[in-house]
Formats: sequence, structure tokens, C-alpha cells
Amino acid sequence: MNTLTIARKELSSYFRSPIAYGVMCFFALITGFFFYSAVRFFLQQSLQTTMMGQSVPLNVNEWVVRNVLSNMSVVGLFIIPMITMRLFAEEKRTGTIELLVTSPLRDGEIILGKWLAAFILYLAILGISVLNMLVLFAYGNPDWRPMAVGYLGLILQGGCLLAIGTFISTATRNQIVAGVATFGVCLLLWVLDWVSSFESSTLFTIISYLSVTSHFESFARGVLDSKDAIYYVSMIVFGLFLTARSMESIRWRA
Amino acid sequence: MIKVEGLTKRYARNVAVDHISFEVEKGQIVGFLGPNGAGKTTTMRMLTCFMPPTEGSAQVAGFDVRENPMEVKRRIGYLPETPPLYPEMEVIEYLNFVGRIKGVPKGSLKGRIDEVMQKCAVTDVRNKEIGKLSKGYRQRVGLAQAIVHNPDVLILDEPTSGLDPHQIIETRDLIKGLSGDHTIILSTHILPEVEQTCQRVMIINRGKLVATDTMENLSSRLHGAETVAVEVLPRDGSPSPQWVESVQQKLERVPGVSRVVPKDAKDGRARFTVESQKGSHVRPELARAVIESGWQLNELHGMGLSLEEIFLELTASKDQATSEPAPEAVAQEAVK
Repeated sequence: MNTLTIARKELSSYFRSPIAYGVMCFFALITGFFFYSAVRFFLQQSLQTTMMGQSVPLNVNEWVVRNVLSNMSVVGLFIIPMITMRLFAEEKRTGTIELLVTSPLRDGEIILGKWLAAFILYLAILGISVLNMLVLFAYGNPDWRPMAVGYLGLILQGGCLLAIGTFISTATRNQIVAGVATFGVCLLLWVLDWVSSFESSTLFTIISYLSVTSHFESFARGVLDSKDAIYYVSMIVFGLFLTARSMESIRWRA
Repeated sequence: MIKVEGLTKRYARNVAVDHISFEVEKGQIVGFLGPNGAGKTTTMRMLTCFMPPTEGSAQVAGFDVRENPMEVKRRIGYLPETPPLYPEMEVIEYLNFVGRIKGVPKGSLKGRIDEVMQKCAVTDVRNKEIGKLSKGYRQRVGLAQAIVHNPDVLILDEPTSGLDPHQIIETRDLIKGLSGDHTIILSTHILPEVEQTCQRVMIINRGKLVATDTMENLSSRLHGAETVAVEVLPRDGSPSPQWVESVQQKLERVPGVSRVVPKDAKDGRARFTVESQKGSHVRPELARAVIESGWQLNELHGMGLSLEEIFLELTASKDQATSEPAPEAVAQEAVK
């Protein structure tokens, strides 16, 4: 109940500042561009294959949806810091954190409420890209199941990065610092995947396992792998756990 | 209502609050007085469960801040030094939010909000964005926030800081009006504020409680005697040093006077501070002595016993005892 109260307050403040609109606008433009170029490329390719006389048509899911979803997962790395940076940093700066902490709320309720608000905003932003996909349904017949799995992957990946961003936001009273640090961590978690191409030693496999994007691959292909889902869910729990620890330290140090 | 025993907050390098003990009874307004950095805010934060104490215990309405923080939080209204406001919210929306997180039952929330808005005189700005309000209004919204769940105890950290004189008076009256229903602790470093609003005062300096007493007791304990300011003009001409001395001697001979301190002599007048013994009424005698000597009495007024003096006396004596080296040591240092 208290969690929902907090979430509602956070959401309303998102939509009262330019943040929500800015992020949505940015996301709509970027994903729109990716979608357009993917479709464009797909049309060229299918035209070529037909001219070369191949009878099997190219798969829309394979050529468009998968690429667009992968691109969106990278765009997510950019928008998530913008969503989470103010969550705790702003409350610490203005002193409203004192109101929350001295109210009869559990830390968990505050944290979950804030994360939930960020998550809902993220879902709304993802919702914009569904419009692009609807265009595909209007002019072709893509399979909706792998697409749904892809979106589930985006949702899980977002939830996990949002949890990390929420944690980082508790560490500072400066939104910008929180945003930049979150972006740095997101980027790191993305590029960690690249080490897997260096060599296939155990160490590099572990490092690559930690990367958020490496777990997205299978989702983008439309494959629901429990291993990857477990990774995301446990990262969400871990991020929120760190947030709780950090909030405790706000009290001890304040 | 509030019981604090040996409350201590220690940081890595310094002790912010050092074994403070006090009790506050139901319905009292207690002033928490001390210079900036004395440990007022830290003490309040421990009482409101914002931070845990390093040592000692504090009980609010019978609940310990460490063992039962939820129950304590339910019974405390807290206004930090900067009111915890969300600038993008409207006043009514903000109070609604605070009411919910403070656990006001949904059914009675609306009525309760109307009530506190009326009490704190913010009804006329109910639909305004908090960020657009003046500082005085914001402070009142902050107070409304603190009392929205009708807490037993109200803790106000420098409730009048940064307000203009008019707003200060308004806020003080508001706090006085709240004292019937709530037990109030307010902190301040402005001395007259305590004199005007509080029944009891606790003076804290460098993390230690220096004095805790009622206003009347505190004044009479420190100063038994009355201090009078006297301004005298010679019959003609400007005051010469010899003349000032003769006036001083004359005043010293008035019965009941214990000490006469010449202040300054300029613009043709000389000023003295006369300290008298406890229980003697020297003012008429002082006036007669001046007039009978053929001088002109320009001014004669009692200086009262301001909290300021009490405070300086209490804190200064501690300072001397702890920080200043003894005069002998200084002298020896000079010889070397």
C-alpha cells in the first residue's frame, strides 16, 4: 500500500518535469530511426532475393524485429540513467529524504515504490516502440511470439538496469553524478560481453556472463531461456538489495 | 512523554552529542537552545529515528527509538530545518501524500487535511504549487505536514530560520497555538524566541547539556541581582575624566549598589552600568543621588535579564575551563 503511494508520487513527479517527455521523445526518435532503416534494408534484401529467383521469402522476425529489439536494448542503456538519476539523489539534495525516513515506512517500501515508478515509466517508453511493430503487422505477417519474448527480454533487462541505477542514485546527492555513474556502469555491463570474443577461457566466460547484453541475445532471437531470465531477476533483486544497504548507511552517516 | 538517557552520537573524529539526558512532560513547549553546531539537529534526528544513537536511549511516548522505531515515527511530527517539500506538488496533494505515508486512515484523511490547512493558514494556497510559494507559506506548509497525523510529539528544527520578522511572529503564534494538543521541542539559536514561546529551556553547547530549567528559574539562578543603565550629564560643559570618576564614586556610595562600571563618555554624556545586590531596589536612590549632586539624569533603565546573558555566561565559562590555557602558563611561555 505504502509502496504504491510512493510509486504514485514518483510517477507524478516524472510527468511534471520535462524528464519523462524528454526521454520518451528521445526514445521514439531513435527507435523510429532504427526501425525505418531496418525495414529499408529488409526491403532491399527481399527485392534482391526475389530478383535472384529464390522462392523462400525472407523472415520479417529474423530481419527486422530481431535487429530492432537488439538496438532498443542498447538505447535502453542510455535512457535508464535519465530515469533513475533523480530517484534518491534529488530527495537527498532537497532534504525530503528526512520526511520519508522519519515516516512510518519500511526502507523496502520506499525502495520498491521508487523502482516500481521507474519501471512503469520504462514500460510506457517501451510501449511507444510497439507502435512501430504494429506497422509490421499491418503490412506483413510477422510471428508475434518471438516478438513477445523479445519484449519480455527488454523488460527484464530494463528492470535490472533500473535497479542498478536506483542503487547508484542513493550514493550521491547530485543527480548528474548519479546519471553519469549509472551510464558508465550500464556501458561497462554492455561491453563486458565483448571479452567473450577474445578467447574462451573460464575467466572470460564468467566476465561475459556478467554482461547484461549477452543475456539479451537469446531473447532477441525469440528464445526464452530460463538461464537468462534467472540472471535478470537475480540482478534486480541484487540491485535493490544494494539500495537497501546503501539507504541504511545514509542513516548512519547523515 | 519524552525520556532521554545518556544519549550520545559519536562520529569517527568528534562527538556530536555527548551523554544528554532530559525528560519532557506532556503538553510542554521546550526550547532547545545552542549555537550552531552544538548538536541540536543531531539530537532531534536521533529522537525522530532518522539516525540511530551510538549510545544511550531515547523513549517517545513509551517506545524506544531503537527497539520500536515504527511506533515512535507514528507518534512524532518532524519539521527539519529545511522543510521537506516537493516543489512540483500542489499543497493539498503534498499533504495528501504525507498523510498517507504517515498512516492517516483513508476515511479521515480529507477532513484531517482541511483541519491542518486551516490551523496553519494555508487554505488559500491549497491548489498552488509549493515551489511558487513564499518562504513563510512554505514554512507553514512544513508545519502542516508535521501535524497532519496528529502526533503526540512535535519536533521543530529552527522553525523560524530565514523568515522575515512578520513571518517569525506568525510562526511563533502558530507554534504556541499548537502547544495544547502536542508536546513540542523546538530548537533555535535565536534567544528571544525561547523567551517568547517556551516554558522550559535546555541549553546545549558542544554536545553537552549545559542547563535545563524553566525560564524563571534559570534567570534567577544566574543573576540574583538587577542591572541598571544610567546616563548622566554634567550641569555644563563636557564630562572630564575627573568628573566621570566623581560620578562613579557617588553612585557607588548608594546603598545596595555592588559595582559601578563606567561605559563610555561622549557627546557630553557619561554612561554607567550599575549592578545591585539581590532584592534591593536601587533605581530611586540612584536618581536621587544624581539629582542632588546637581547633575542631569538623562536616562535610567533596568537592563532585564536576557537569555542572551545567561547563555553567554553558561557557555563562556565552559569555554574558558576547557580551551583557554591558564594565565600562568601563558606568562611562562612569554618568559621563555
